[in-house]
Amino acid sequence: MAFSPEDLKIMDSIIKRYPRPRSAIMPLLHFVQSKAGYVTNEGIELIAEQLDLEAAEVTAVSTFYTQYKPSAIGEYHVGVCTNTLCAVMGGDAIFASLKDHLGIENDGVTDDGKVSLEHIECNAACDYAPVVMANWEFYDNQTVESAKELVDSMRAGSPKPPTRGPNKLVTWKEASAVLAGLNDGLANEGVQAGQPTLLGLKLSKEGK
Amino acid sequence: MTKLVPVLSAHWDEKDSFTLEAYKRHGGYKASEKALAMDPDAVIQLVKDSGLRGRGGAGFPTGMKWGFIPQGDNKDHYLVVNADESEPGTCKDTPLLMANPHVLIEGCIIACHAIRAKHAFIYIRGEVTHVVRRVNQAIADAYAAGILGNGVDVVLHIGAGAYICGEETALLDSLEGFRGQPRLRPPFPAIAGLYARPTVVNNVESISSVPAIVLNGAEWYQSMGTEKSKGTTLYSLSGHVANPGQFEAPLGITLREILELSGGVRKGHKLKFWTPGGSSTPLFTDEHLDVPLDYEGVAAAGSMLGTKALQIFDETTCVVRAVLRWTEFYKHESCGKCTPCREGTWWLVQILRDLEAGKGTEADLAKLLDLCDNIMGRSFCALGDGATSPITSSIKYFRDEYIAHLTNGGCPFDPVASTLFVGAGA
Repeated sequence: MAFSPEDLKIMDSIIKRYPRPRSAIMPLLHFVQSKAGYVTNEGIELIAEQLDLEAAEVTAVSTFYTQYKPSAIGEYHVGVCTNTLCAVMGGDAIFASLKDHLGIENDGVTDDGKVSLEHIECNAACDYAPVVMANWEFYDNQTVESAKELVDSMRAGSPKPPTRGPNKLVTWKEASAVLAGLNDGLANEGVQAGQPTLLGLKLSKEGK
Repeated sequence: MTKLVPVLSAHWDEKDSFTLEAYKRHGGYKASEKALAMDPDAVIQLVKDSGLRGRGGAGFPTGMKWGFIPQGDNKDHYLVVNADESEPGTCKDTPLLMANPHVLIEGCIIACHAIRAKHAFIYIRGEVTHVVRRVNQAIADAYAAGILGNGVDVVLHIGAGAYICGEETALLDSLEGFRGQPRLRPPFPAIAGLYARPTVVNNVESISSVPAIVLNGAEWYQSMGTEKSKGTTLYSLSGHVANPGQFEAPLGITLREILELSGGVRKGHKLKFWTPGGSSTPLFTDEHLDVPLDYEGVAAAGSMLGTKALQIFDETTCVVRAVLRWTEFYKHESCGKCTPCREGTWWLVQILRDLEAGKGTEADLAKLLDLCDNIMGRSFCALGDGATSPITSSIKYFRDEYIAHLTNGGCPFDPVASTLFVGAGA
């Protein structure tokens, strides 16, 4: 895909956030994913050109970070936390059942291009374990059944909304734009906190 | 019985708590107004006097860190906030930023004034889309209201999935647009940090604690906590408990107290092992229920307060499985820069996999400890050190369980029993 003059303008505005242009590599890589779905060679070369770097320097950065994908993934990228705490509490069972249910392995994509699957590390939501992420939005307190229903809803084209996130699950490309630092206007949607986050405050108000 | 004291979390239960309007409703941006009218050195002194210590794990006195920034050097200074919360078990900064991003922005304004910086960068991990939205919106709203842009600029930098970037010098390399690998120290960031300029790197919770200290005074903060660990902090309870969650309490509360007020270990089970501050802090057992959870108390008992990530595991959990999984994490996240960590974590995984499968020998335990000995203190940064913590501490407390895997020819535990949905027909 070609990047439009409008895209180049956005990339320029991302570079201008920083005192030194090279700092913009990471948001620019997120931006490339928001357009192409993954980090394409074309995207690498464009970033290199804009930052006056060699393509190899940009590639070196891109390949260091697991969120930058080297090939196309699903419209909804599902991550199951299998770090110790989530794994023990059900994450391993959820991951195994999703692989079976979708017929794909770790890092695989369903044939319809709707869902990709990855086992992920701790996502800072341990009080909501077991945790599943989709396009890096929170799906808290999952079970084998709820996770299967979630991916089914994605394949049916009407994904269930995150538990702590916007009212509707955005696509992988749309989420990537947010991670490039662009505002999609959804910040005020969704809860301010889930119940576990508020438990200490609630107990304190009860005199504890 | 220690009581909970919500300060950071005081207004999280209001539906619009993340908005500028809600933040101002509770005195938001009054502290920065007050601080900006003070001499910068007086602000540093105030934070020193409060006793605030780094909440990212190391517990370094925040005011002292600010005081290390050279003054009158005619160089740009930078504040960098570490919001790359990724330590397994750690889940405090993420809900804080989701519920109240403005308190961090106000803390940034105060800290920038104190260290004479015009630029603050918030480095947030990339795997939390909605938290990124909330922080970015808060920054935009603060600019629109003229709170930012008049002397202090705040830039949100979004990571891309690398645990190592929580290490402060790796974070700086990442922020400069390189692979996130740690730097040799000295020079420390206070002298040559971001773009080789004097830089303060602080955790989200540390900087967010500053506005209340400025408003209420150092004495107020000093009045809470223990002798050397002052103030309140967020304790994150997770795992096999009746009610997991965030509990803000004065430093020094014990796990026994937190379990009592929250409902205890999950019904019908008992505590087996736990982490006081994430997976990089040596494991505790039921012997340690009364250890004061402050910097000194936890250290005296052989672990570290870390991020106060209390991960609770009951008797259904296989400690070898738990430790193997953490070790696989460290191997995956090792940046590859130094040999002890890169090669060492790889070998730790191989040996632990064999042990878990009942294929090892008792000599492998000695080999594990020997490997840990060659990683701990010999790695370039704390990731390698942290990788050894679960292994050495689990062998110390649960050596028999490792042996049982060998005599049993495999894991004697049923993994289904430790899931939350056991008995739920899943």
